[in-house]
Amino acid sequence: MTNETLIPYLGVVTDIRIDTPDVKTFRVLTPDGVKPFDHMPGQCAMLSIPGVGEAMFSITSSPTNKDYMEFSIKKCGCLTDWLHMMDVGQQITIRGPYGKPFPVETELKGKDLLFIAGGIGLAPLRSVINYVRDNRANYGSVQIVYGARSKDDLVDYNEIINEWMTDDGVEVNLTIDREQEGWDGHVGFIPNFVKELNPDLKKTVLMCGPPVMIKFTLQGLMELGFEKTQVYTTMELKMKCGVGKCGRCNIGDKYVCKDGPVFRFDELDELPDEY
Amino acid sequence: MMLYLSSDKLDLFLEKASEKLNVYVPVDDTNGGASYKKWKPGTAVSKALHTTKSAKDFFFPQTENLVEFKMSGKNIEIIDPRRETEDYAVFGVRACDVRSFGILDKVFLSDPVDTYYKNRREHGLILGLSCNRPAETCFCGTFGIDAAEPMADVDFTEADNGYFIGANTEKGTAFIESLGDIFEDRGAAPAEEAKAKTREIMKKLPLANLTTDGFGGDKLDELFDAAGWADLSEACIACGTCTFVCPTCQCYDIKDYDTGHGICRFRCWDSCMYSDFTKMAHGNPRLTQKERFRQRFMHKLVYFPSNNDGEFGCVGCGRCLASCPINMNIVKVMKKLAKEDSGK
Repeated sequence: MTNETLIPYLGVVTDIRIDTPDVKTFRVLTPDGVKPFDHMPGQCAMLSIPGVGEAMFSITSSPTNKDYMEFSIKKCGCLTDWLHMMDVGQQITIRGPYGKPFPVETELKGKDLLFIAGGIGLAPLRSVINYVRDNRANYGSVQIVYGARSKDDLVDYNEIINEWMTDDGVEVNLTIDREQEGWDGHVGFIPNFVKELNPDLKKTVLMCGPPVMIKFTLQGLMELGFEKTQVYTTMELKMKCGVGKCGRCNIGDKYVCKDGPVFRFDELDELPDEY
Repeated sequence: MMLYLSSDKLDLFLEKASEKLNVYVPVDDTNGGASYKKWKPGTAVSKALHTTKSAKDFFFPQTENLVEFKMSGKNIEIIDPRRETEDYAVFGVRACDVRSFGILDKVFLSDPVDTYYKNRREHGLILGLSCNRPAETCFCGTFGIDAAEPMADVDFTEADNGYFIGANTEKGTAFIESLGDIFEDRGAAPAEEAKAKTREIMKKLPLANLTTDGFGGDKLDELFDAAGWADLSEACIACGTCTFVCPTCQCYDIKDYDTGHGICRFRCWDSCMYSDFTKMAHGNPRLTQKERFRQRFMHKLVYFPSNNDGEFGCVGCGRCLASCPINMNIVKVMKKLAKEDSGK
């Protein structure tokens, strides 16, 4: 690895999993067949196809996975369209890790954790969830509330069903927006679902999803009696450099790429409302 | 005693200096402005107060290639395009611009260091020139800058039909010594007189009383929701000229360009005044020009000081006052917001 933040390294896409109609998960290794670099849960990497563009993506795989890195990416723009058209074996460029991770080794240690994810918002939280599962003794109970538009939009449903749901001390609550044939689980939006579940106020919350979900879920958590100091989220803004210099992800005196993307809601309250 | 160079020997000085490194001097443009050009025998040094664009170009060029890629099938080759940088000197840099380099340093030389910038910075020698005729648009004093003392590697002060010269850094001293005996020794009194005169003019300029009171890292709540932003930004046409002439604006874009032989990834100056600056696939957090306009000034007057021990992101060079097509500028912003704040 070089010291040059703006010069990326080579990566190779060694596996592509189709998760949903618009989400694929890409496995990335170096050309030598090893993991590109180490990271902590919640950190991000800049992926690029030269000539198409470069963008910041949260690293979906857990740091405890020593073999490879995974990125769950939703098709929603120029670069992601291109990534979705790739075949296995395609080289890409990668640089990172960037940003401040979830405080898994400090504030979250020993805590009962409540994960709330909507849609592709599971991508950054999956890294934390699997990190916690692999370091089970360091954390209390784990509850995962995950919702998507439909059953088909739940990202990596197999892992959820076959691994998370079979774990001791892990409670998984799934919901989808509308009734669907073959779905006998909960139907409804996340904010109401969380209120119905009435989670224990001792829990520390890690939340990621679309802005509207975040807004109403946070409101619901406050009504239940949670404090903003108990709730973490991870932000997404336009980024170019990844190291707090190009100016794009600036909110107040913070740069989301280096001071975030993980923030606690009481920290966000101190920033201007411009995200 | 100080070193002195008579005006008729300026060409000799530039010639001697050019034997050692590339020397850039301000040269009058045909459109009434001035810009830095590489000096060669016969080049006339401009007497203009400012170059139209600041000197930040030397360290942070308007466009700069970062990395190149060769694509073949599914494979990519990554190439660092940089060649060795030659040493260079920039003559005639005013105190405001010299200070701006310190501000850019705080961005580009903080961890992780931007090696492109650092390399150019290290190869550059700054030859400052104290102002003797500051203009009505000048307000460097507002930010504690002394127009008479640029504090560059070497400072030149015009007096007594020539230049009094003093080095401020080791690099500057070594450079002056390397030029041999083209300088004379003279009493420093005329230089001190010239500086005193500049300071007297500064006190009488229209913006002499502009203060930073009411601005700073702790003023987020007072300023962000100020009513004044709507009026101030109303006529902004988002041309970004203020950003491009500004010595401290440093936001950049990174883009890819297909050269026909591969992909060239370059960075170029960008502006938070542009609508697509923060636009991404899921939307845009700054939807109207009011928010974009506010960002530029909040960054200079609140966010930057918050992260840099109170130092403001403006040096009072006045370029934006002279260049904005709708005659809007940071001075108007500061005056209106300060008034609004004190009226509360």
